Amino acid sequence: MFLRPRTLREAVEALAAPGVGILAGGTDFFPALGERKPAGAVLDLTAIPELRGIEIGPERIRIGAAASWTEVIRTPLPRAFDALKAAAREVGSVQIQNRATVAGNLCNASPAADGVPPLLALDAEIELLSVRGERRVPLGSFITGNRKTVRAPGEIVTAILVPRTIEGPSSFLKLGARRYLVISIAMVAAILEADTTGRVGQARVAVGSCSPVARRLAQLERDLVGAGLEEVGARVEPRHLDVLSPIDDLRGTAEYRRDAARTLVARALEAAAGGFLQ
Amino acid sequence: MSATRFTLNGGEVEARSAPAARLTQVLREEFGLTGTKVGCDAGDCGACTVLLDGEPVCACLTAVGQVEGARVETIEGLGRASEVTRRLQESFLAHGAAQCGICTPGMLVAATHLLERTPHPTEQEAMDAIGGVLCRCTGYRKIVAAVCAAGTPVPHEETPTAGAAVGARLRRLDGRRKVEGTDIFGADEAPPDCLLLRAVRSPYHRARFRFGDLEGFLKAHPGIHRVLTARDVPGVNCYGVIPPFADQPVFAVEEARFRGEAVAAVVGESAAVEALDLAPFPVEWQELPPLTTMDAALADDAPLIHPGRPQNVLTRGRVVRGDVEAGLAQADLVVESRFETGFIEHAYIEPEAGFARRVGDRIEVQVSTQAPHHHRDDIAKILGISPEAVRILPTAVGGGFGSKLDMSVQPFVALAAWLLRRPVRMVWSRPESMMASTKRHPARMRSRIGATRDGRLVAIDFEADFNTGAYSSWGPTVANRVPVHASGPYYVPHCRARSRAIHTNLVPAGAFRGFGVPQLTLAQEQLMDELAEKLGMDALEFRILNALRPDQPTATGQVLGAGCGIRQCFEALRPQWRKRREAARRFNEQNAAGVLRRGVGLAGMWYGCGNTSMPNPSTMRVGLKANGRIALHQGAVDIGQGSNTVIAQILADALGAPIGCIDLLPADTDITPDCGKTSASRQTFVSGKAAELAGRQLRAEILRQANAGEGARLSFEEGRVTVQEGDHERVLWLESLPLDARGYVLSAEATFDPPTTPLDADGQGDPYAVYGFGAHLAEVEVDLELGTTKLIGLIAAHDVGRAVNPMLIEGQIEGGAAQGLGMALMEEFIPGRGENLHDYLIPSAGDMPKIEFVLIEDAAPVGPFGAKGIGEQALIPTAPAIFNAIYDAAGVRLRRAPATPDRLRAAIKALAR
Ligand SMILES: Cc1cc2nc3c(=O)[nH]c(=O)nc-3n(C[C@@H](O)[C@@H](O)[C@H](O)COP(=O)(O)OP(=O)(O)OC[C@H]3O[C@@H](n4cnc5c(N)ncnc54)[C@H](O)[C@@H]3O)c2cc1C
Ligand code: FES
Ligand code: FES
Repeated sequence: MFLRPRTLREAVEALAAPGVGILAGGTDFFPALGERKPAGAVLDLTAIPELRGIEIGPERIRIGAAASWTEVIRTPLPRAFDALKAAAREVGSVQIQNRATVAGNLCNASPAADGVPPLLALDAEIELLSVRGERRVPLGSFITGNRKTVRAPGEIVTAILVPRTIEGPSSFLKLGARRYLVISIAMVAAILEADTTGRVGQARVAVGSCSPVARRLAQLERDLVGAGLEEVGARVEPRHLDVLSPIDDLRGTAEYRRDAARTLVARALEAAAGGFLQ
Repeated sequence: MSATRFTLNGGEVEARSAPAARLTQVLREEFGLTGTKVGCDAGDCGACTVLLDGEPVCACLTAVGQVEGARVETIEGLGRASEVTRRLQESFLAHGAAQCGICTPGMLVAATHLLERTPHPTEQEAMDAIGGVLCRCTGYRKIVAAVCAAGTPVPHEETPTAGAAVGARLRRLDGRRKVEGTDIFGADEAPPDCLLLRAVRSPYHRARFRFGDLEGFLKAHPGIHRVLTARDVPGVNCYGVIPPFADQPVFAVEEARFRGEAVAAVVGESAAVEALDLAPFPVEWQELPPLTTMDAALADDAPLIHPGRPQNVLTRGRVVRGDVEAGLAQADLVVESRFETGFIEHAYIEPEAGFARRVGDRIEVQVSTQAPHHHRDDIAKILGISPEAVRILPTAVGGGFGSKLDMSVQPFVALAAWLLRRPVRMVWSRPESMMASTKRHPARMRSRIGATRDGRLVAIDFEADFNTGAYSSWGPTVANRVPVHASGPYYVPHCRARSRAIHTNLVPAGAFRGFGVPQLTLAQEQLMDELAEKLGMDALEFRILNALRPDQPTATGQVLGAGCGIRQCFEALRPQWRKRREAARRFNEQNAAGVLRRGVGLAGMWYGCGNTSMPNPSTMRVGLKANGRIALHQGAVDIGQGSNTVIAQILADALGAPIGCIDLLPADTDITPDCGKTSASRQTFVSGKAAELAGRQLRAEILRQANAGEGARLSFEEGRVTVQEGDHERVLWLESLPLDARGYVLSAEATFDPPTTPLDADGQGDPYAVYGFGAHLAEVEVDLELGTTKLIGLIAAHDVGRAVNPMLIEGQIEGGAAQGLGMALMEEFIPGRGENLHDYLIPSAGDMPKIEFVLIEDAAPVGPFGAKGIGEQALIPTAPAIFNAIYDAAGVRLRRAPATPDRLRAAIKALAR
């Protein structure tokens, strides 16, 4: 069965039945199927107007669950979102970006999901809806492990909400073994806000592909407060990355990941700091 | 089932397929729009790119139900409706941007989207636009150039006049259907009532197995007509590319020897087979301890994978000349090292596919193949019928690079169609292709090279083991070819080279561009650099000093006499070698505080064209038709490398006819004589020579009939040939001549087998009639902190004997170099892991720098118009040149390929300690 509701109401009602799979851009859905056909009913979210678009409000920015990476790239957004935009440009290829949704990237919960570090750094929240009602979960607690989220079977992610609590330049660096269409060996998002004296007032740094779920580097963020913009890279110490737990896989060794993550964090901070000059 | 309505190529349509079906499948199977290709069904290759409401998307990741009410455009529609697409198609043809053509529709669709918005894109914009489409043939550069140039109309091609085809940058003769998306590849055609076949494969590297209730399984699955196992094979359940070593069963018996080996197949109605879940298939596995490394396979107590092959050694190769120990003792300096490489996947964008149908007591197999006549003979043995009862109809081949020399779907579909008397089709999925198709041999090499203080090479001692996997495939060829090439393109008086091909319980390793020589060259050319450095000599001058001369013997004692252009190749690099090294030095000085380092590296190579000391004849037939046109029975399968075009060019000049008079008859074992396999860089050289001979023969016959001398000019017109000699003109009226059995008024057939001699026990003899030579200069930038390497420049100098079609040669060089780049920096296949194009990375459009070419034409006297092969040569020096450049930049030598960021970074850290 293939369900293509036009309203959110119909969608959550359909999802209340057991065994219904959600389909958005399909860029994780189809590869996961391999040669198999979808087992049960498929609920397509791409025809629901309520899920579309990116709304820019004074307090927060709302990314609809059907918004694609291409929409993120094309929408004018504050510079704290430059990291998210840079990530968007690095997701697979143009073909993938045109279909793949940001929400799908989070729901799929791959440790290598490029959307997670920038959205973690933005303190994003996930809005979920089911027939029982709506709830919001911070992204940091939404993804609980490799391909695991707190989303209940009857719930749809309806939007990603970003509070406008940081204003400043941001950057995203992705390390892969080729130029296009590549899954990250490691990636880092950083956002910096300056205080009135021109030093770091607030810093946010998140690292992906180096633990089952991407992590914010809280200690580093604290240690950066008060730092001069020219010294942000130098402030990074190995202990700041202790929260990471990288593994060996086809793309690289754990030791390499830890080492490269430190380099990327320093470079991402420097790139973000460079944003103040522009 | 509800229908999905959408606009397809400008027309309103209703799709009847299930709405959750992939759009690729619906376009191809329901609407017959096979221009949209399927390379992976996972978003990784972009061959399925279509425009959805004007934006490029992967049709394989889109459910047809999701395009309800939307606009879908495919290559077929764009080619008709879009001026931009048409200009791109012309530009692709003019630039030689389509080789095999399987990626071409996806490239064109992606580029159409760019050009509609940006009529004159920059290179960067072009790369960004096509970055989502992989190409394994071209190395992308000609595609990027074609996209950038498509903003302005492409000038019409000037067709060369009679006698001027060889040497012309002619467009591919079969190019138009490639850019239109109408070329038929293995998966693009099947009779309407065709059944579908799927294989049941071993999930273990090694396992004993027993079938359960196959009858019961059949009964429980309506629409499945038959389960096939080894018991159903009427002839011999065994095949292989080298008949004396043939050992691979169609279906394993009792024990599966590698993960992915077929043990059974199910055949039935397409829908039933597609929907089938093979998990409950009644087979019981008992996993056995596998031999997954060469050391394990060589151990004294290791079980034998094939009885009669002690120690699991399939074959040994050996070349000994002079006295290597005495030579090394004479040397003032000896360098020594070990090197290792892994399995490499061919990763052609077209997975294996085809169908078979029984026609009376004959079987016809339409399939993507590099070796039609050989497969005909193997199918005959498997079915227990005569080779004449088998017809192989090769489709367009969407990349082969050696792997499609081995059979893939052929035995399965032939057997099923034979037994069921219904056409049967098989299309491998990407994971299936990666699991079951052959790979490049992993190599473990040890080499010692000695030189005197004045820089002369005196001795080489080389040993290599190649992991040949579970079946022989091309293992013997690799084991034999490598020792012959161990000296490299240098004069080395004392040489000892030994090799072994060793069985393991892993995927069979077979032929992949270069048959082991790329692995060998990775080792030897790094040691050459080390020697030069220790001698305090310039790496290029050291190579020039030792470059083989036409009057010097090779390590097999062969004196080439002519056609030995290695010195010219190296010398051609001299100015750039100095310039670029200086530029790299300056960059490093200016950026001393930074983390980027540039370096420049070199490597040379040689490569024997054709089979090693074995007959490998090609036969070409040409016929003059009553209408004045010439039919060329061209059986040398064009796998994208261009034999359809190059061989016609050679024929045209041999005959003295304009190339436009020639009609190509595609390879078909019923109508084209045997041209051997498309391998070993032999088609231009061997089949091209046969075409030259056939052309000259036909010309002589025409001249004889016209009573004219050799210098006469021929012109071919409707119904006549005009023969002009000075002021004297004679017309041969073709309508008045009798037709032969094939409908020709005159015809000629010629066979060429390159003159070689057998190798003796010490590997002495003339293994090849012709060698190609080449040298690459690579320029890299290494990020010391991240261990990443970017190739920023490449200069390729190749001695091709005669450049029959320089544009196609450049395409071979760029494509080969891209594969060499992959081998150097990112490619390694680990059986059981990463059996997809998501994890197995091949270079993408953004990884290839601009390539500069130097074509040396040191004619090979036996080749057609002096031509040699180039198909494999181009790949061989790229990886070692990159490794040498990495050393120049970062000061570290990696003994294991690929130089992944983690390995390189670890080496850089170790150096700093
Ligand atoms: C070739 C290729 C390259 C890629 N490269 C990258 C890359 O570089 N970086 C990267 O991060 N990712 C990459 N991806 C994955 C990326 O495309 C996805 O993570 C994408 O963002 C998922 O979105 P989607 O809309 O396609 O999700 P779908 O495939 O439609 O769905 C993904 C999963 O999320 C669920 N889901 C989707 N939307 C919702 C919702 N609103 N509510 C509840 N559940 C939902 C689905 O049920 C499914 O389980 C790549 C994918 C491919 C095929
Ligand atoms: S077939 Fe769709 S991307 Fe490969
Ligand atoms: S031409 Fe691109 S894959 Fe063959």
